[in-house]
Amino acid sequence: MTRRKTASPKADQTKETPPQERWLLRLYVAGLSPKSVLALANLKRLCEENLQGRYEIEVVDILANPQLAAGDQILAVPTLVRKLPPPIRKIIGDLSNTERVLVGLDVRPRKASES
Amino acid sequence: MAKLKEKPAAPALEKAATGIRGLDEITGGGLPKGRPTLVCGDAGSGKTLLGMEFLVRGASQFDEPGVFMAFEENAQDLSKNFASLGFDIDGLIAQKKLVVDHVYIERAEIEETGEYDLEGLFVRLGHAIDSVGAKRVVLDTIEALFSGFENTTILRAELRRLFRFLKDRGVTAIITGERGDGHMTRHGIEEYVSDCVIVLDHRIIEQTATRRLRISKYRGTAHGTSEIPFLIGDHGMFVLPITSLVLNHRASHERVSTGVARLDAMLSGAGYYRGSSVLVTGTAGTGKSSIAATFVDAACRRGERALYFAFEESPNQIMRNMRSIGIDLEPWVKKGLLRFQAERATCHGLELHLANIHRAVDEFDPQIVAIDPVSNLDAVGSVIDVRSMLTRLIDFFKCKGVTALCTSLTHAGNGGEGLEQSGVDISSLMDTWLLLRNLEYGSERNRILHVLKSRGMAHSNQVREFVINGAGIDLVDVYVGAGGVLTGSARLAQEASDREAALTRQESLEANEQGLRRKRLALEAQVAALQAELAAAEDEARRLRTQHGQQENRQHSDREVLSRVRGADPVRPARNNSSDHKKGGVK
Repeated sequence: MTRRKTASPKADQTKETPPQERWLLRLYVAGLSPKSVLALANLKRLCEENLQGRYEIEVVDILANPQLAAGDQILAVPTLVRKLPPPIRKIIGDLSNTERVLVGLDVRPRKASES
Repeated sequence: MAKLKEKPAAPALEKAATGIRGLDEITGGGLPKGRPTLVCGDAGSGKTLLGMEFLVRGASQFDEPGVFMAFEENAQDLSKNFASLGFDIDGLIAQKKLVVDHVYIERAEIEETGEYDLEGLFVRLGHAIDSVGAKRVVLDTIEALFSGFENTTILRAELRRLFRFLKDRGVTAIITGERGDGHMTRHGIEEYVSDCVIVLDHRIIEQTATRRLRISKYRGTAHGTSEIPFLIGDHGMFVLPITSLVLNHRASHERVSTGVARLDAMLSGAGYYRGSSVLVTGTAGTGKSSIAATFVDAACRRGERALYFAFEESPNQIMRNMRSIGIDLEPWVKKGLLRFQAERATCHGLELHLANIHRAVDEFDPQIVAIDPVSNLDAVGSVIDVRSMLTRLIDFFKCKGVTALCTSLTHAGNGGEGLEQSGVDISSLMDTWLLLRNLEYGSERNRILHVLKSRGMAHSNQVREFVINGAGIDLVDVYVGAGGVLTGSARLAQEASDREAALTRQESLEANEQGLRRKRLALEAQVAALQAELAAAEDEARRLRTQHGQQENRQHSDREVLSRVRGADPVRPARNNSSDHKKGGVK
């Protein structure tokens, strides 16, 4: 889970938001539950503010595709999975706490960044 | 509650058989159907195994597919672990009879922000159930969720919803949980499961570990609350059935030979009763194992199957030793009539021994069983434990109609006061008790045998000398002389003098017979002489009679001639004259 094949040496030099990295975010929701709707809205806003132009959001409805839930080990809904850049990170909940989401996604370092 | 809707008229709780040996018996048919059951216990107590066996047996024996949701191990590990128990997990998965879903929770990867629920778990479970049409579900162990999520308020609400979900789906579920301090489970999930709770335990007493199972709760079913031992063997879990509380086994009238003709004779001529239990006690070297081996050998000769539990010697050693007294057990082993099960008594607990014996008997289905010696079990548990175990064991043998021979070593002092005590105080359980003793007399030790008791038959009250030689064992009468019981060379000396006396008697008998023979010959000669005399007298009488007849005839013909000459009327024959005379006259 700690593979870093796409990381370039430059990424290590820039501490915050390496500009060349693409962000692939997958949001698992269960239908159109209030929590799911809220989470998606929160995610969109947050990405626009912090990762403009460098992100991609994929929404998976596990009610429609239950077999996909096992792939990313989804238990809680909504769950946001950072597929790229690695490592995989998961954030569960409606993403209402923006600060924690950004730390969780490593958009903002929690301590000295791993990268 | 889904169950009640389906069958409102059903008076008894519907059960889902687990297929686990023994468990269905103590639960009265299995787990509550369509309801969740909590299985809790310490780490390594067999929770996962119980769950997996429930599913595997369900899928393979009862045509009820299952879902195993593993929170601790992944599917590959599970499949590997259970392959050693003969469970083909991968095969069942391929046949769409089983789904193993590994739920992996890594706290470090997860950040919680705001409200969430566990819909993902429900969706996965629901999907897994639907994909095979599962009737059985195992969640092992759901408590892993508590280490994955911070918000226990949400978690508890979701767990409650989960159990409701399982009931609504009508699946029979096992939820495992690790035992916590003062609680059945670490996170108190027992409060969500109200129908059936099974507690597993793995305790070490005096260096031997015993697994135990207890049904702590089973709504709607009368159940025992005592701890029942179980074991995990090569074929999965095996719960020992509780001993039959009532003594109602059938008593056979059939007899089985002991293998020693003289011993059969002592037991009213026919040997032990089939299905009875026999105890052979004696001090070291009195020939207990030989009696056991002879019995086993005799059974195999009859074509019966025998199971020999050896707690002291290896099968090889037993066979070698028995060959020295002319009993060859090896062919029976090769033929599959005899099976040895040899293990040190101390290698595991009493309950496991009991379970092993149960299983071996169930598998091999023998007509006779020998346990050599039961007294070695003393080392494993307290007297009460050993006694209770043996009671159950003997009950089990009796229920199965297996004739059991147990040997027991007694430690008697020189005074011999301990002799009439079986090592583990089990004599009252036994139907027949043979006591072997060493008798020291005239600077040698000889073995003697008594039948101390034998229920239901007129057994001999005699002491016999017990002789072991190259041709097996035999019993010989002992001599009671002025100096006490004579055995060994003293007996041989007595036998020699007896033989001498017999010889003398024989000689005098022969002399008498000859005299009688001579007398008989003389009498016979006399009889012949008299008979000759009689014959001569009879001849004389006959001669006289004929003479007389001829004279008469002559006179008659003379008269006829005379009358013809005179011209007289023909003479009528005399009235009382016989036809002989008439005929003679015609001539």
